[in-house]
Amino acid sequence: MDFISILSVFVLACFVGYYVVWSVTPALHTPLMAVTNAISSVIIVGALVASMAAGAEIAKWLGLVAVALASVNIFGGFAVTERMLAMYKKKER
Amino acid sequence: MPEALPVNPWVSLAYLVAGVCFILALRGLSSPATSRRGNRLGMIGMGIAVVTTLITHDIASPIELAAAIAIGGAIGFVTARRIAMTAMPQLVAAFHSLVGLAAVLVAAAAFLNPVAFGIAQVIRPIFGPDVVTILPVSRIEMSLGVAIGAITFSGSVIAFLKLNGNMGGKPILLPGRHVINLALLAAILGLVVLFVEDQSPWIFWTITVLSFAIGFLLIVPIGGADMPVVVSMLNSYSGWAAAAMGFTLHNSAMIITGALVGSSGAILSYIMCKAMNRSFVSVIAGGFGGDAGGGASGAAAIDRPWKRGSADDAAFLMSQAEQVIIVPGYGMAVAQAQHALREMGDKLKAHGVRVKYAIHPVAGRMPGHMNVLLAEANVPYDEVFELEDINSEFAQTDVAFVIGANDVTNPAAKTDKSSPIFGMPVLDVEKAKTVLFIKRSMGGVGYAGVDNELFYRDNTMMLLADAKKMVEEIVKAIE
Repeated sequence: MDFISILSVFVLACFVGYYVVWSVTPALHTPLMAVTNAISSVIIVGALVASMAAGAEIAKWLGLVAVALASVNIFGGFAVTERMLAMYKKKER
Repeated sequence: MPEALPVNPWVSLAYLVAGVCFILALRGLSSPATSRRGNRLGMIGMGIAVVTTLITHDIASPIELAAAIAIGGAIGFVTARRIAMTAMPQLVAAFHSLVGLAAVLVAAAAFLNPVAFGIAQVIRPIFGPDVVTILPVSRIEMSLGVAIGAITFSGSVIAFLKLNGNMGGKPILLPGRHVINLALLAAILGLVVLFVEDQSPWIFWTITVLSFAIGFLLIVPIGGADMPVVVSMLNSYSGWAAAAMGFTLHNSAMIITGALVGSSGAILSYIMCKAMNRSFVSVIAGGFGGDAGGGASGAAAIDRPWKRGSADDAAFLMSQAEQVIIVPGYGMAVAQAQHALREMGDKLKAHGVRVKYAIHPVAGRMPGHMNVLLAEANVPYDEVFELEDINSEFAQTDVAFVIGANDVTNPAAKTDKSSPIFGMPVLDVEKAKTVLFIKRSMGGVGYAGVDNELFYRDNTMMLLADAKKMVEEIVKAIE
């Protein structure tokens, strides 16, 4: 992809983000932060690329540490969001 | 020509699908009923992104990689299961710091091994070693990525220490901090420009170090009550860091996610600032919530008459009421009073009292903090209302029960132009027939350091005790 098409994806995604986030109910703002935390760990993709590449030993280890950190976030973020969301219950009638 | 990444349309498509899953994950949060499905979609998206990356690259060291994922995943999962709900703000801050650090490490790895990321131009001269030049656009992207990541990391560490109580909540003010911060920011931007011309390692590492420093300096002067804004802002930064790395990797999943998270954090910061009637700049400049004026108004408090009530009085008043609105704040979280509070609500409901909860947007230490705690205590979410939805109801309410909130109920915000919180939207609790206000003692003031008018009103009854103990006593006293 050339720079302009990437930039287009980015700008459009910002608009999507704007409208989607405004539609989130304020009661779920804490789970919102937890889940955005989890998904921003998609940076693990970069960490995986670095850790798998042959050639630079230091870069590989930096990548591996980044993979571990991002994994903490992915598993922790989704699990804690799941735990919180499970607590939101409607009135029993 | 640059060495392009292997272009397989299916790979790009897979990352796009992952990005769409993340959008739907956030969309699900528009209502508690659809939220869990959303979270599952988020997990699926992450799975797609990781698996796609793994199968399209040759894995040089599978054992180390598996170990890294297993160790990180186990730590994350166990922490998530064990953490107390009251500790959620510091957990989120800690998670932010990890995203920031991961971004720094990925950017550093990309700098050290640009060929693997497909962002380098390699010239192979007939004699001598290969000349590897990082593409100029990629240099901007990676230097911004490392800078934002480093700020996110050090800022989140400070936010974590403050929220976790390892560091005082009071702002620490360095002399000339604005000048230092602006100079650092200018230096970082200058170095980013220089880095485009010259890919020397010292520039890259200096940017990294300066960014760590500015993240630290930015958050240190910000007081505890402004933490909801800080946590949201760092949330936003972690997104922008991911987006910057997405540009480096030409990866649409990362770019979409980064944009989503970045806007999410920015919107939350905006909502929090608006709920405090403060500008974003004034929050970031820091220094709010110090002890300025605290002593003076504290002394004034003793001189003015106020009424003290007991648990029995409170129990009697509430069980006779038609409607009770409970207003929780950070003090409820500190006292862990949410379970006792729900018990009190149940008992009142058994007496035919309508019980509702009113939440101010900045109650607690992060957006939605109170809602999570009430949900944890099994309070049904349809009994919990936001400020604008419930504020008109106080006038028809018999008892407003304020537990651990202070500034967000202060009527001075509506009338006293000299008050530091003037103009902040507040809950109109004083319009209720009776206000019951739980507070540990009359001496202290809220985070804003202002005395609360509400204490001295004729219809206010102060319940001076630890929040949890007081609620438990009221529960016992309700017949």
